Amino acid sequence: MNAVITVTGRDCMGIVAKVSGKCYEYGANIVDVSQSVMREYFAMMMLVELGSLTVEFGEFVDILKKLGDENGLTIHTMHEDIFNSMHRI
Amino acid sequence: MINFSDIMETVEMIDREHLDVRTVTMGISLLDCASDSPETLYRKVYDKITTRAKDLVSTAESIEKEYGIPIIHKRVSVTPASLIGGCLDRDGYVRLAQTLDRAARDVGINFIGGFSALVQKGMTATEKVMLDSIPEALASTEVVCSSVNVGSTKSGINMDAVLIMGKKIKETAYLTRDGGSIGCAKLVVFANVPEDNPFMAGAFHGTGEAECCINVGVSGPGVVAQAVKNCRGRDFTYLAETIKKTAFKITRMGQLVAAEASRRLGVEFGIVDLSLAPTPAVGDSVADILESMGLERCGTHGTTAALAMLNDAVKKGGSMASSHVGGLSGAFIPVSEDRGMIDAVECGALSIEKLEAMTSVCSVGLDMIAVPGDTSEATISAIIADEASIGVINGKTTAVRIIPAYGKGCGDTVEFGGLLGSAPIMKLSPFSSDEFIARGGRIPAPIHSLRN
Repeated sequence: MNAVITVTGRDCMGIVAKVSGKCYEYGANIVDVSQSVMREYFAMMMLVELGSLTVEFGEFVDILKKLGDENGLTIHTMHEDIFNSMHRI
Repeated sequence: MINFSDIMETVEMIDREHLDVRTVTMGISLLDCASDSPETLYRKVYDKITTRAKDLVSTAESIEKEYGIPIIHKRVSVTPASLIGGCLDRDGYVRLAQTLDRAARDVGINFIGGFSALVQKGMTATEKVMLDSIPEALASTEVVCSSVNVGSTKSGINMDAVLIMGKKIKETAYLTRDGGSIGCAKLVVFANVPEDNPFMAGAFHGTGEAECCINVGVSGPGVVAQAVKNCRGRDFTYLAETIKKTAFKITRMGQLVAAEASRRLGVEFGIVDLSLAPTPAVGDSVADILESMGLERCGTHGTTAALAMLNDAVKKGGSMASSHVGGLSGAFIPVSEDRGMIDAVECGALSIEKLEAMTSVCSVGLDMIAVPGDTSEATISAIIADEASIGVINGKTTAVRIIPAYGKGCGDTVEFGGLLGSAPIMKLSPFSSDEFIARGGRIPAPIHSLRN
């Protein structure tokens, strides 16, 4: 299964490193990344493949949410299908 | 690969615009629970609900987590109680409601619908007994919802049932007077009731339905309001297209949740109900959508046209997004559950007469309307008759969920709390309908040619 991680918030150093570090730590393989900074606003989207995830998916969602809370960022981790079904006919 | 802006749009809808799946409702047939012994009936009903729905809440919660979509309610609808309670007297029906209440709480759902009767043409002896038990059933339970269908386009309006329901609504208001007459918020009187509606208080599992199925109600007034706000200055063609596209996206999400829930629970997928269901939260209001179209206040001239266009565009966009659409599907206009509607009533922009006109083009009817506690039974019956006739003549669902708030008068507000919100007491006509309602009998079914 693939999941999409979205990260938004005020830009600061090390956001990509922190999020990708957690992905590595828990066995989520990054397939694609798209990221931009507009003025001071940071937005990133990561597509990750979860075949080798070492924790339950729900737990992984909570770990990333906590990482966001600690760094003033909003992090959502959602099943890829939600986007496929909403935006494709 | 999915587009970056599409992903951000979805996240924005959930984070800022209150996008959610309003309810995952499991419909359960109780027809096989009928028995000539009340005790056996109660036991079978309790066992069937707690067996079938035991994983409903946990499954919905796991879908919520995995897909990142809030699922607000997990609920159950059952076969209309009057169809399985042939062996019961009035107290027996009250105990049946209490059994439903206990089963619902034991599986962790927040409402169970189906303490219902379909009496659009006539009433059986047991249906009369069941209607009589409604006030006490609602007063002695917490999560049981009741609905009664009093009319249909095929059979006309059963005015005997309309008369009875006026009385029962007043009795319910009195018996639940300590809670702002909240019992009436769990009682709805329909015409042309759909048998697969997942929304409370009107949900029940119709006789044409499968043994067990999953129906999902989507929501999203906030998302539509934002889309409409982005169309400022554009014409109606553009506006309607925008609403259709938004409704499509919202419904796709509902369809995904419905398909996934039915797969995981091993239960048939029923329908997706494409309703815009508001909540008292700021930014989650159908009135906001109408005002975003360019009306100074919901209720002013032009509101009916705005609502008609909204309702139609939601249906058009939503029906392409789901394999099976049903239930009430459209825009709900409850007063107490919609911050914008409450404001419109309080500032004098929205009257009950305008609401009645709006119900001829919205998906349901006069919903969550608080009226003075001294409103007569006949006046409530007459309001039901008016609403039922709009539904019967126009071949649409209409309903009345009205709260004659005990001890309250015009200018007061009644508080229900939570998603039921608070309602300003609305002014009604001071003139009597007593003789009209006392006639009883049936209003014949309408003719379908000569449509003018």
